[in-house]
Amino acid sequence: MSAVVIVETGLANIASVEAAFKRLGRSTLRSRDPEQVLAAERVVLPGVGAFGAAMPTLRSTGLGESLQERIQRDRPTLAICLGFQLLAQASEEAEGVAGLGCITGKVVRLPANQAVPQLGWNRVTAPKRSRFVESGHAYFANSYCLRQAPAGWTSFTTTYGVSMVAAIERGAVLGCQFHPELSGKWGANLLERWLNQEGSAC
Amino acid sequence: MLTRRIIPCLDVRDGRVVKGIRFQGLVDAGCPVENAKHYRDTGADELVLLDVSATPEGRDTAAKTVASVRQVLDIPLTVGGGVKSVEDAARLLNAGADKVAVNSAAVSRPQLINELAEAFGSQCTVVAVDAAATRENAWEVVTVSGTRRTGIDVIDWVVEAEQRGAGELLLTSWDRDGTREGYDCPLLHAVSGAVKLPLIASGGANGPEHMSLALKAGATAVLAASIFHSRETSVTTIKQALRTQGVEVRL
Repeated sequence: MSAVVIVETGLANIASVEAAFKRLGRSTLRSRDPEQVLAAERVVLPGVGAFGAAMPTLRSTGLGESLQERIQRDRPTLAICLGFQLLAQASEEAEGVAGLGCITGKVVRLPANQAVPQLGWNRVTAPKRSRFVESGHAYFANSYCLRQAPAGWTSFTTTYGVSMVAAIERGAVLGCQFHPELSGKWGANLLERWLNQEGSAC
Repeated sequence: MLTRRIIPCLDVRDGRVVKGIRFQGLVDAGCPVENAKHYRDTGADELVLLDVSATPEGRDTAAKTVASVRQVLDIPLTVGGGVKSVEDAARLLNAGADKVAVNSAAVSRPQLINELAEAFGSQCTVVAVDAAATRENAWEVVTVSGTRRTGIDVIDWVVEAEQRGAGELLLTSWDRDGTREGYDCPLLHAVSGAVKLPLIASGGANGPEHMSLALKAGATAVLAASIFHSRETSVTTIKQALRTQGVEVRL
């Protein structure tokens, strides 16, 4: 089994992501190489700092294009927290900075009448039969969110003052606003389902 | 809607879990990794690891402890103790912390909060405040493990911390720490009324009744050490009791 490639675009809690895969018996590899990210069997884009800082890095390194291509070609890809938000078209966190545009919609600030950031365990609802995500409690740490379910994806929601997107999936691609690596057994099971899916042809 | 969080706290000194009363008279409470596994398996929502080492050698041990705890821990880990710079915080985050708590150094140099929030985001930046009562409904910030009275009003300080980019407050009542007399609810009420940040109550817990009162007073999470380290109760037992009182918890 090849290592799970973790896109390294700056400081994040990458150690938590690595430890989670290690517990599931999978080795990991940090990479900033766009070709490696494009070719890898499985890639994780973790939560990394701020939208406005991460996007220029993804663009200038070519990592952004690799990720766009992976998602277009339905290659097993997991985007976590800010990594998930980077898939959108834009974010209120950095007006004027274009996202990767893999999903429709703009990331917005959490409602002003709530404590921001959202820090803690919230209930994720999976009404439909899904490939990866099941209903349960997930750990969130975010100040921004996607409100509208993106077109063409199966979406799962949670409520924090308003309804927001907790996760999306389509084929081999999974995006999580929450941190599966910090969501206990429920999160580990989710990662395991994503790891154990059949890899699509390259 | 977020569930209320129950957070065991590991005070770690030179690689061992310790616990005292009002930050003094520390006694051994076991190995950090074994404790972390136990809390992971008994329903903890998160762990806080505070390094209370007095020496630089102890601080190096702390990063190793964080790395070992991370290997077994599948819930969030906040680490604090002696963090004075973005570099200190980066070292702990690289070792496996998810959030970093700052205390004394932020009081001496408040700009540290801005620097951490800018470098890692507010969701990563926890400001730990040790509060000592001065008179009825008034508290001052104490630092350096409670040995230094600063004269800074707790409410002024938490408002400033929020404005500077703190993402969470870890509020310890110095008067109640380790005493099991219950959390300082007037303190929690005053602080939760002044800021909108997630608020972890700490200091004085002896059971679910105290926790329920702290949550009613405005805390979004409750932290305890002594009652969990002694194994006289578990996080799950406490959550079951809280649920019967209508508190939403993750079970």
